[in-house]
Amino acid sequence: MSEKVLTKRFEISGYRGTIEEYLATGGYQAIPRALKEYSPESLIDLVRRSGLRGRGGAGFPTGVKWGFVPKDPTLTKYLVCNADESEPGTFKDRDLITRDPHQLLEGIILASYAIGCRTAYIYLRGEFVAGAVIMEQAIQDAAAHGFLGNNILGSGFNLKVHLHRGAGAYICGEETALLESLEGKRGLPRLKPPFPASAGLYRLPTVVNNVETLCNLPHIVLRGAEWFSSIGSPKSTGNRIFSVSGHVRRPGNYELPMDVPMRELIFQHAGGMRGDRRLKAVIPGGSSVPVLTEQHLDTRMDFESLAKAGSMAGSGGVMVMDDSTCMVRAGEIVARFYHHESCGQCTQCREGTAWLHKTLRRIEAGRGRKVDMDLLMDICDNMKGKTICPLSDAAAMPIESYLKYFGDEFEQHIVERACPFGSGGGS
Amino acid sequence: MKEETVQQILSRYAHRRSALLPLLHLCQEEAGYVTPEAIGQLGERLGLSPTQVAEVATFYDMFRLKPGGRREIWVCHNLSCSLLGAEEVVRRLEERLGVKAGETTPDGAFTLRRFECLAACEIAPVIQVGPDYYGPVRPEDIDALLERLRNG
Repeated sequence: MSEKVLTKRFEISGYRGTIEEYLATGGYQAIPRALKEYSPESLIDLVRRSGLRGRGGAGFPTGVKWGFVPKDPTLTKYLVCNADESEPGTFKDRDLITRDPHQLLEGIILASYAIGCRTAYIYLRGEFVAGAVIMEQAIQDAAAHGFLGNNILGSGFNLKVHLHRGAGAYICGEETALLESLEGKRGLPRLKPPFPASAGLYRLPTVVNNVETLCNLPHIVLRGAEWFSSIGSPKSTGNRIFSVSGHVRRPGNYELPMDVPMRELIFQHAGGMRGDRRLKAVIPGGSSVPVLTEQHLDTRMDFESLAKAGSMAGSGGVMVMDDSTCMVRAGEIVARFYHHESCGQCTQCREGTAWLHKTLRRIEAGRGRKVDMDLLMDICDNMKGKTICPLSDAAAMPIESYLKYFGDEFEQHIVERACPFGSGGGS
Repeated sequence: MKEETVQQILSRYAHRRSALLPLLHLCQEEAGYVTPEAIGQLGERLGLSPTQVAEVATFYDMFRLKPGGRREIWVCHNLSCSLLGAEEVVRRLEERLGVKAGETTPDGAFTLRRFECLAACEIAPVIQVGPDYYGPVRPEDIDALLERLRNG
């Protein structure tokens, strides 16, 4: 049985995440330790050596990202916690925020110290109404205990943390769109470079880190880089929280080593398939990644193994579908989502997501034409790698994979002029 | 909007425009929606034209530019919820409330909305009302849920 780290306090009966409870269970011990034993540079080095990679989706090494921030002490630097969790199938950050908010704050304080930030923001998904109340309270309590504010624990380090609520836009999970949104604008992604580390919020050096990424930091400080890198695989270190949903017996968040096999995750931890039906498809990293099938069940869930299997580890949202699922309908839902969420600034994405949705809806409704499968592939080809941000790719890649593995099913819809699963879609 | 609250929000940011989303949330909480007057006032306050405020307010799903129900019922219709019956839940709600998703009941009690993934797939199909999550919801649970929301 692997050890739980990020979610260990979830198991304490009656734990509500107050500062008293957090302190009583070893919380906020990494702050004095870091302030006393580490310079900002050596803290960055520690995180680099731990191998920690971003848990938001891209998997970029956290210590390396921090290292890109200019060291010039006269420059204002910002840390932004990306708490805009919106990748379909992902619900780990919501749990981390509402059940142990001080663990996140402790991570934010450590990251801010490392990069020399004096004002940090938590960009919280607008729909997290309960989470906003909890986080706001946690910030006040941390300040009252001297973990935020001026001269933290007598170290001379100052930090303010502010909660900033989003308002319902998936695209704001993309870091540059998030920064635009934090500046009070529409969430339109920026061209990169420049990357946020050199020109982020208000064009000043900025690090954007995911909630789960930041939550790992207190544990790395207290237990060391070697401990952290001994968990998981050499390139995907540490634990990860997998959000498992769909046709499994026990949907939920499961914290496991990054390289847990998919079969173990689904059949052991999530309890296997409901009604003992046959597993048909698994989306292993949020709705934007290519689908996998039964033949991939022995794949491990780390970044490299999933990439080798033709998919991606993404956000850790694992959606499981049994043999009652219509893959055209699944594709229609995924396409509808990206169509709704495209910010509209790039033509390929704005038009492509609309065409994908329209075409899939037509096939699902039994009005598909013979040319539609080729048309879908053509649209996807025109969407990938041609836009400012990855939303366009995120919309195209899953659809290509559904056609690759379940092409017969699409063809059946077109030939029989009806959905063989009796769904018909439509919304 | 209390001046003190506005000042407190403005103090968090090096650039005042950053206060736009928090202030739009505040206006909506107070008036039930973002009124045309609020758009003008926020613009004056932050040095933006009404168009600049409106383009932001319309970009985000949570801001309402028209009056709606006293409570919004959000039904997630993304993949994990759909796999487990979200469409049946939407249909039952539409039937019981006598409105289509996106509409407000004639008594002004509820606005029914379809929503994209609410990040609560462990209790799919899920409904969110304000800070509260309900799930897994079955169509046969809807009557009791609506009763509870009407009394709550």
